[in-house]
Order: sequence, then C-alpha cells, then structure tokens
Amino acid sequence: MTRLPVKKTYKLFVGGAFPRSESGRTYEAEGQNVARASRKDVRDAVRAARAAQPAWGGATAYNRGQVLYRLAEMVESRVPEFAELCGGRDEVERAIDRVVWYAGWADKLPQVLGGANPVAGPYFNFTVPEPTGVVAVLAPDASPLLGLVTRLLPPLVGGNAVVAVASETRPLAAIELAEAIATSDLPGGVVNLLTGFRSELAPVLGAHMDVNAFDIGPSNGAAAELETLAAENVKRVVHGNPDGQSPWEIAAYLELKTVWHPIGQ
Amino acid sequence: MAELDRAAGSPAAPGDWTYAPAPESRDIVHLRERYGLFIGGRWVEPSETYATISPSSEEPLAVVGQASPADVERAVAAARAAFADGWSSLPGSERAKYLFRIARILQERAREFAVLESMNGGKPIKESRDVDLPLAAAHFFYYAGWADKLEYAFPNRTPKPVGVAGQIIPWNFPLLMLAWKVAPALACGNTVVLKPAETTPLTALLFCDVLRQAELPAGVVNIVTGDGSTGAAIVDNPDVDKIAFTGSTEVGKAIQRRLAGSGKKLTLELGGKAANIVFDDCALDQAVEGIVNGIYFNQGHVCCAGSRLFAQESIYEPLVDKLKMRLETLRVGDPLDKNTDVGAINSAMQLDKIRELVESGREEGADIYQPPCRLPEKGYWFAPTVFTNVAQSYRIAQEEIFGPVLSVLTFRTPEEALEKANNTPYGLSAGVWTEKGSRILWMAQRLRAGVVWANTYNRFDPTSPFGGYKESGFGREGGLHGLEPYLRFDE
Repeated sequence: MTRLPVKKTYKLFVGGAFPRSESGRTYEAEGQNVARASRKDVRDAVRAARAAQPAWGGATAYNRGQVLYRLAEMVESRVPEFAELCGGRDEVERAIDRVVWYAGWADKLPQVLGGANPVAGPYFNFTVPEPTGVVAVLAPDASPLLGLVTRLLPPLVGGNAVVAVASETRPLAAIELAEAIATSDLPGGVVNLLTGFRSELAPVLGAHMDVNAFDIGPSNGAAAELETLAAENVKRVVHGNPDGQSPWEIAAYLELKTVWHPIGQ
Repeated sequence: MAELDRAAGSPAAPGDWTYAPAPESRDIVHLRERYGLFIGGRWVEPSETYATISPSSEEPLAVVGQASPADVERAVAAARAAFADGWSSLPGSERAKYLFRIARILQERAREFAVLESMNGGKPIKESRDVDLPLAAAHFFYYAGWADKLEYAFPNRTPKPVGVAGQIIPWNFPLLMLAWKVAPALACGNTVVLKPAETTPLTALLFCDVLRQAELPAGVVNIVTGDGSTGAAIVDNPDVDKIAFTGSTEVGKAIQRRLAGSGKKLTLELGGKAANIVFDDCALDQAVEGIVNGIYFNQGHVCCAGSRLFAQESIYEPLVDKLKMRLETLRVGDPLDKNTDVGAINSAMQLDKIRELVESGREEGADIYQPPCRLPEKGYWFAPTVFTNVAQSYRIAQEEIFGPVLSVLTFRTPEEALEKANNTPYGLSAGVWTEKGSRILWMAQRLRAGVVWANTYNRFDPTSPFGGYKESGFGREGGLHGLEPYLRFDE
C-alpha cells in the first residue's frame, strides 16, 4: 500500500515566521493553494524589515558574507526540491553560485565603491557606502528561483532589509527559498517574502513611506504608475535586470556617505 | 551700511566695532541692458522677458529672457545637434582641454564673476570671492582631468555619454551650481541645456562669454533663462535624456513624478534640515564658529545648512551665551562690502517665507533672539536669528527655512542626539562637535546623511561626493561618483 504524503501549506514569510495572509485569502498557483497577501501583510512586512535592518546593516561585513554563504549551503542541501520548482538543476546551481558570488562582495564594497578624497585643504575626507534601508522587490517571472535570487542578493549583501513579492504565477520556489533562508542565520525580518497578486501589492509598496528603494523589475506596463507613487518619499527606483550579476547591482541600493575631519595638531 | 547698535545690558564689547565702509568696485562688471537666450552658440531673442534685480537694492540690473517651451525646444535641438555633430565622439583628451580652458578663464575673470554674483544674488563679496568662484573653477579643473580617464572610473564597464542633459539649478550658489552640473556633464561627453534660477541668471549669462573665449563648439552648452515653466519644459522635452535638478524637495518630487515611466535618468539634490550636534567635550569656541558658519553662511540659503543645533544639556547655557555674543559681531549689510558677513535675502518671496516660518516659531512658543543690527531700508533683509526653547514638533525644527534662522534643541546622551538628529525625512548633511575620536566615528556611522562634518561645517570640494539620503534626493555630485549620473553603461 502506498503511503499518503503529507502536503505542505504554502504561507508567507514575514519577520522570520510563516504566517498565513491576515486576510485569510489564498489563490491557486502551480497546482497549490498559495497565500494571497493583503495590503496589511505588506505593511507588516515593511515593519518587520525596518525593525530588522539596523542589526543586519550594522553587522560586520565579514559576518554578512558568512551568513549569505550559509544561505548558499542551505540551498545546496535541497537541490532536488528546488529543481522541481524551477527550470531544473541547472537553474538551482546557477542560483547557488550567484549567492556565493554576492556573499563574497560583502567585505569588498567599501574599497571598490568608496575611498579617500584628496580635498584641497587640511581635512581628512572619506566616502563609504551604506545601505539605503528597506528595499521592495518585485521578483521576475522567468526563472522563479534564479530570478528571485538575482534580485534579492544585491540589496541584502549591502546591508538592506528586503520585502519581495514572489512571481505571481510561479511562487513555490520563493516559498522554498524562504525555508532555506529561515535556516541560514539571516536574522528574522531581513528577508520577507510575500505571495499574491502583483497588481494589488506593488502599488502599496510603491506608496509606502517607509520603503527607501523599489525594484519594480517586471512591472508589466505599470512602471509609470509605480514610479509616480515612489516619488512621494523620493524612493530610489530600480529597473532590475532579471539576470544581472555585478557590484553595480549592489550599488543601486547603497547611499554614499562622505565624512570630513580637520587635520591639525 | 549696517552698523551695530549696542543693546542696553548686553556684555561690553572689547572696543569699538565700527568699520569703515570697504566696498568692492562694481566697475569690473559690464552688464548689457538686455540678454537673450544662449542657444547653439548664439544669442537668440526670447519671446518674453523679465527684469532681474539686485536683492540688496531692488534696482533692476538687466532684462533677461523668459524662455517658452518653443525656446526650450530650440535649445534642446541645438544640444542634440552638437552631441551628434562631434562632441560625443571627440576624444576625451580634447574635451578635457576645453574644460581646462574654462577653469583657467574662470580663474582669470574671478573678480568680475564674484562681483556680479554678489550684485545679482545678494551674497557677501567675501563668500563669492573666496568660496563660490574658487570652487567653481576647481570643479571644471577636476572634471577636466576625468574626461579622458572614464574607463578607469568604472571597472569592467564601458562608459558612454547619456546624450542631452537638462539641468535646473538654484539661486543660492548660481555659478557654483552651474559648475557642479556642467563640468561632469561635459567631461562625460554630454551636451547641456541649463536653466539658471529665475532670480539669479546673470553669472550664467556671463558664463556664455567664457564659453566663447574657450571656443567651445556651438550648442554644447545652451543657457535658457526663465521661471518654473521653463524648467518644466526642459523636464518634459522628449529629446532630453537626463535631468539633474537642485532645489526644493517639493519641486524635486514633482519632477520625479513628471518623469515617471519616461526612462530618463534623474538625479535630485533637494532640501535639508541638518543637525549640528555639539557635545560637552568639544572645543567650544571652535564649535561656536562652526555653528555660525553652518547656519549664517550665505544667509542660511544653503541646503546643507546646520539649521538644527543640538546642544548637550551640560553645556547648553555657555554655548548659547557665546553664540549670542558672536552673533552681535556679525555684520549684516551691503553684499559688496568686504567686511559684510551676512548679505541680502535672495528675493522678496524668500523673505516672506522666512518671515512666515519665524512667526510660526514665535506663535508655537519658542524664544527668539536677534542681535541688535540696523538693516538697510531698501532691499530684502533678515537679521541673524536664534530660537531657543524649541520643541521637536515645531515647524521651525521640522521645515527647511532656507534663511539665517537657527533652532536650538538639547540632548543628554549620544543615543538621544542620534535619534533626534535622524528624526526627519531629510538626510543631506550633519555636524558633530566633540574631541573624542571614537564618538565622532560612532556618530558619523549612524547619522543618516550624505555628508557628515566632524569638528568643521560647510566644507566643499570637487573631489568630495555630495548628495542626500532619504527625501534629500539621490545621486552624488563631486568626485568619481559624480560622473555616474552622466554616463550610461550598456550591460
């Protein structure tokens, strides 16, 4: 007699926990009932991200690099599960390698993106990159795992906290990734993953006054509307490349701070 | 001329503070009666005009163009043609030499520009002479050197010019803001349509003569004067590839909205409400100088002005006493007098705004202090002002006044200072005064601002990136980072 498998309930990932949508709503995607996040879920996720950001951004770069490397380890240990939810083993391996690539950037950014400035006067002056704060991400639909990882890692490695909306049609890989994140030493709230209808959630993120940057990636014709909303608190708007991999992707979520001090006896 | 009156009961000053007038001569400036728009290397007659005045005397200085959308279209077409006709493909080393020429000519004609800047903008000659002009020339010199080295600035990328840059600049540092915008744009191979502020067009128009002397190809830089409607026409023009704006957060947001979905590149340098934080272990006299420089420099018409003073409670009284005493020695008056510390407010409109906010400070319950000083009868003037007993919720502690008005607040611990300093939608700059090195770095790390001055304030340099966090804008001007907004990378 074949054993009846235990099926998973697919939920949101907010503040390190796996709640259902407060609205009680679900929708069907990839043959599963998936939580359909509400405006209130978006606000809760932004609050969790804001609360988690200072400790993550304030962690040493070495520590952030190790935690993100640990995420690669966690995905590597679930390759078969991920392979079933995305384009296959090749996509999973590329995603893992991309996480490792970005993890290594954590402690190199200030030297590549900042530096000492030779001002014409008796001052020591230097510029350092810092996280912009809370970043909202609309994940691409193509390559549901690799696309999400591609858009998540740049803000994360720079010390930001993220609220991401998973692919509407292919959300399961995102939920699987949330489970890997939950066991990867990333503090709760640093990554928050919402599933649901992009057209419903994106404007809420665009208008949210406590979101600092917004990757509107696959906005499907909504760019003008989302960018208009984003202007209300001067958000940094990013048109995320679904397969980009470079330190400039990280730089899009960094502020540059310049510090002056006189030189004297 | 401003002369100080001694207020009854104020501390005795060491001697007589009266200065003999020391006016800089205006003879070096030869103004035309009328200026057109500078388009395609020629002066073009505008469809409408207005008179630009001196804010210190209200006398008209010249008639300038009010560029219409059709005028802007002509300017953009000239910029596009110049971009296509050779400027974008000119070797970087040749572009560099044009910029070096401009830097040198600005140095040679610095006095003329400084006098005109003070005439049209109202700022003291010692500031336009010692700050605006040297920095403007230095900016061109700095970015000149980048023009043929762009590939070293962005490893593994291929930098290319963006195209036509539309640049809209404010009235507080007219020529310097022009330099901040034009120098990196040209170094990167772009052409430019620039709109100076409505009230301060004259140094930008005189700059066109520098371009003539430098033999810059026609159409590479086009200057259109006018009010906000001219700026809107630049923002809306479909053939402009990049907008750079410096000004208020309100207008910056409107521009960001207007550009939504257009795909145009955008950088915004917007308002601020900077905290200047003074700890009890600071060098107090130096801190007082820094506070005064932080808020009264350029009449407080500075986006990064240290307009919120946070004094540690243990030194609050001696600090405020010294500050008030120092304020009494500030000389308010004729911008062209070499002894003047605080010049004229830039416009009647700005003066109204300052008065309105100061009135709100009184009404909300703050205590006002203004040193005794006699303000000239003609022109727009506002005495240096300090508010004490200010609550964080007061408008004078929240809103950008953009005038010589300081709000003093207090704190006990570094954590409290930090929390209050960061409690604003702005994030342009901040100041920290303490002799404790580790505390400077602790504060500098946690202040959410693009520029942190420690034991100094209001320092600028072309090599030093400048720009805001949060609602103070995005993008940086100055330094290597200031190139990025004027480049595209096809990757």
